[in-house]
Amino acid sequence: MTKHFGTERALLAVLIFATLLVLAASVRYGAVDFSIPAIGRALVSLLPGRPEPTLEQRIFLELRLPRAVLCLLVGASLGVGGALMQALFQNPIVEPGLVGTSSGAAFGSALFFVLGGVFQIGASRWSLPLAACLGGILSTYLVFLLARSREDGRASIVLLLLTGLAVNALFMSAIGFLSYIARDPQARSITFWSLGTLSGANWRAVQIVAVSTVGGTLVALRYAKQLNALMIGEEEATYLGVNVNRLKWIILSVNVVIVAVATAFTGVISFVGLVVPHILRMLRGSDNRFLIVGSALVGAMLLSLADLIARLSLRPAELPIGIVTSAVGVPVFLFLLRRRRYVF
Amino acid sequence: MLDASDITFRVGDKALITDVSVSFAPGRLHLIIGPNGAGKSTLIKVLARLLRPQTGVVRYEGVDARHASEAELAKRRAVLSQAVEVAFPLTVREVVMMGRYPHFGSRPAPVDEKITDELMEFFDVTEFAERNYQTLSGGERQRVNFARVLAQLWRTDSPSHAQHGPPLAPASCRYLFLDEPLTFLDIRHQIEFMKKVRVFTDAPDVVTVGVVHDLNLAARFADQLVLMDGGRIVANGSAAEVLSAERIRDVFGVTPTFVPVEQSGVHLIFD
Repeated sequence: MTKHFGTERALLAVLIFATLLVLAASVRYGAVDFSIPAIGRALVSLLPGRPEPTLEQRIFLELRLPRAVLCLLVGASLGVGGALMQALFQNPIVEPGLVGTSSGAAFGSALFFVLGGVFQIGASRWSLPLAACLGGILSTYLVFLLARSREDGRASIVLLLLTGLAVNALFMSAIGFLSYIARDPQARSITFWSLGTLSGANWRAVQIVAVSTVGGTLVALRYAKQLNALMIGEEEATYLGVNVNRLKWIILSVNVVIVAVATAFTGVISFVGLVVPHILRMLRGSDNRFLIVGSALVGAMLLSLADLIARLSLRPAELPIGIVTSAVGVPVFLFLLRRRRYVF
Repeated sequence: MLDASDITFRVGDKALITDVSVSFAPGRLHLIIGPNGAGKSTLIKVLARLLRPQTGVVRYEGVDARHASEAELAKRRAVLSQAVEVAFPLTVREVVMMGRYPHFGSRPAPVDEKITDELMEFFDVTEFAERNYQTLSGGERQRVNFARVLAQLWRTDSPSHAQHGPPLAPASCRYLFLDEPLTFLDIRHQIEFMKKVRVFTDAPDVVTVGVVHDLNLAARFADQLVLMDGGRIVANGSAAEVLSAERIRDVFGVTPTFVPVEQSGVHLIFD
């Protein structure tokens, strides 16, 4: 679509700029505000040959900055995850939080913390994301297995949402149980898992989430054109040369990995994946080649904004970020549910 | 050249088509007719390789279709279905461009843009190129899909709507399948559609096989009619050969009256 290529690039440039602005605000304001010169000095203190950073600078470098970056990455993951699920199930009201992926991943990571505490296992840095992925696969698979119609193998949306609700409740109750018996402080906080928070951010989490987010997004982009073909139906996509079953497996796997890894470090953050692709479709249509990159950017930006609100609204205390995203996301979800005329 | 030999396709214990052998030549318009449940659509889907038959082989120019990759096949085989619904807003141009997907990598080449423009022109949808497909009427949608399907098969080196141009090697045949594409169209659009199919099929390398319900439309446009009933082919030949009063009574359970018409020979009227 050469005719639109210019505006597409312009829109991406605007989104990148806006995301950087939000990032700047996000590192500057919080429980403690850092002035721009102070941020500059903190960053300069990382250069070799400089004196050790001061306590204030260390707070910035080891708490504020990794949190802001992790927030961008997690937001991007959830945005891309939402775009992929919607494309895959050809349904605009699907998102990772609704079909069980997030709660399964949260369960996997909570289990890891509890068992790790009991049996002293899990030395590798990849154990936690791996546990989250396994939980995410388990729950997503469970939802789609149970929601599948016997006649044509396709999941009807009502069945999908209700099954998602039930599986979410199941995994959340399991998390509740784990939190109850847990000794690990992170696993002990059920709020952490069910409402999501970025307060535990550190550079190690940033590294791991960066790998899954960037890797997953790049893989997804390779299949963007095939996902477009899926919009006119599975049969038609097959006639256009798409191996639909293979595509489904690849996209579902990418989605589970990026969402589960993000969830492992932040808990369940709902509705970002639902809202973000819609904003982009309104701005620039449904082409997945654009939608995936755009959802990464808008997801990053929106989650950073939400985190900023979560940190500033009750300063110096903070809200779980999931409260903010749900407050914005639920009305959008209800609006979509009302507007689309689904056959129930 | 498209050959199907001894095709049987079953779902569970039920055979939808049984021992079907038939071949289709390039440059000719083949239309499959028959009552509901005769296996017409199933045969189209088997020929187009969407469905894999339990027994029998479909050959494209002598090559077993099972050996072709999806991506290769998509460059020379296209299928127009009854109705295409989309879940998300897409512009008409985006839908037509999908026909070029098998031919380019990530971004369309200038030739893909050109073909898309040409076909939107050919099907008279250029004026709503930027409109949302979901807001179109059934007839408009089907025009867009026809443009998409022909875009998939279009070759700029041999404009298929022109009747000249050098015949291509048989190895590069193109296959157009029509799976009841007229179902939701009014009579004017049905005729316009069949005329366009006729024009496209006049290219010497195009094999066209379609399913239509209207016997008069079928008789008027087809070079060859294939009559199916109960999952088998019961007659295969020109309209005059296939459409006898006795056969129509046997297969469709209605009695036709043949009315002579100037342009197209005869016209059928049913009791």
